[in-house]
Amino acid sequence: MTIDDLTGKTGEWLRGEGAMSDVVLSSRIRLARNLADRPFLASASQTERTEIYRTLVDEITQTPTGADAMVVDVDDLDTVDRGILVERHLISHQHACGEGSRGVTISPDETQSLMINEEDHLRIQGLRSGLQLEAIWDDINAVDDAVSSRLAIAFDQDLGYLTACPTNVGTGIRVSVMLHLPGLKYTKEIERMARAARDMRLAVRGLFGEGTDAVGDFYQISNQTTLGKSESAIREAFSNRIIPKIVAYERQARETLIKKRTVKLDDRIWRAYGVLSNARRISGDETQSLLSPLRMGIHLGRFDRFGIAALNEMFLYSQPAHLQRLHGKSLEGQERAIARADYLRERIGAAT
Amino acid sequence: MSTVCQICMEAKATVHISDMAPTKRDRHLCEDCAEREGIIVKSHHTTNEILQQFIKQKVGLVTGDEFKCDGCGMTFRDFQSKGQLGCPQCYESLSPMLLPLIERAHEGHTSHVGKAPMTAEPTVRRQVGLVRLRRELQDALEGENYEQAARVRDEIEALESQ
Repeated sequence: MTIDDLTGKTGEWLRGEGAMSDVVLSSRIRLARNLADRPFLASASQTERTEIYRTLVDEITQTPTGADAMVVDVDDLDTVDRGILVERHLISHQHACGEGSRGVTISPDETQSLMINEEDHLRIQGLRSGLQLEAIWDDINAVDDAVSSRLAIAFDQDLGYLTACPTNVGTGIRVSVMLHLPGLKYTKEIERMARAARDMRLAVRGLFGEGTDAVGDFYQISNQTTLGKSESAIREAFSNRIIPKIVAYERQARETLIKKRTVKLDDRIWRAYGVLSNARRISGDETQSLLSPLRMGIHLGRFDRFGIAALNEMFLYSQPAHLQRLHGKSLEGQERAIARADYLRERIGAAT
Repeated sequence: MSTVCQICMEAKATVHISDMAPTKRDRHLCEDCAEREGIIVKSHHTTNEILQQFIKQKVGLVTGDEFKCDGCGMTFRDFQSKGQLGCPQCYESLSPMLLPLIERAHEGHTSHVGKAPMTAEPTVRRQVGLVRLRRELQDALEGENYEQAARVRDEIEALESQ
């Protein structure tokens, strides 16, 4: 399997399925793990770094799920291919821009990716569309057990899993749910929601995690406390309380828009469609901000020119690395904006 | 009447505190100055930033050089500048300095509840498992989730009899 095989389709997390998929784009869980007998990466030499990389690749590929996985040496990739992995949420931006021996193993359906030598030696990540935390947990818990039965993992009876940064110590778990909240944005309730979430010690971030803006009305909610709460308690809080509550608020906001601002709502949706299907050059941010009302429009039954599958395809392929891959060459600034508009017109033309 | 910050004399004071020691005095500060003084931590900060700020405050009290890891030689000061630890052993060697940070970053928690690696000593696995299951049992009972409580209780009994 190669990067080319990936770009022929959208990953599982863009399938538009799973619980509450009208609001929840995707869910993710990652576990931070380190080898017990190796220094953390901050003080590892290049040689040790390479040894850690080789050891982990060797062992991962001998586990049941690792056998089918695609092994990617991120250090060897060019900028576009690294970008492809970031846009598909298979590696973090930090991992793409890092230095030295590092890589990722990716399951064929892209629901599991294991980053090697990111901040920790190993970050086991599970990713699925909609709210599917239990299914993700079942997958990555099995991977974690398989890896930790082959390798000694840094663990302390009191502190749990020992991680490079003490903010991840304990379970080493981060549960993140990507929410599409245009309703709360348009009704100006979004700040209130974000404040409430932060008061509950949850992190609120943009589409690509840490340090990114809420492009296209996407907000990622994740836990920050990893010590003293079990993996199941954290999952349970997200699945049964935090996320259903925000989803209920968002649905309510959408209802309000339909009842009280019908024309304004429809105007926003159809203008977005007009621009996307006619523009001759368009930026990535503008594309995302126009796809947002269309996504909501499809879920509310107010837009029917194409469905969620086509929309998600445009969402992914209009991003810089995918766009350049599609064109088979690197595109800069203005050229890229023109290529994006061409792609969107063509894709919308094929779908309608 | 709105008060002006006593430090920068410009912004509106929104943080009002009364120091009780050594003598009672009221202070009125704006959010930015209060943050610089280490009195408040703005809510939009990430845990990492909170940690860093807390580390900086600590610098005044201890130099950080007197704590050095037996495993990799990293000092607490190194950790302060890098933001990452050197090796698993650091947690033990630097624990007098680290534990307060950990406690603050994790809502006051200092002990792990959750799974353990397969290679961990059987006794460790058993103990960690029991801690987790007992917590789960309590949660299930509080949530009146009796079916799950019964299941967890069976797991506890199985583990205890090992």
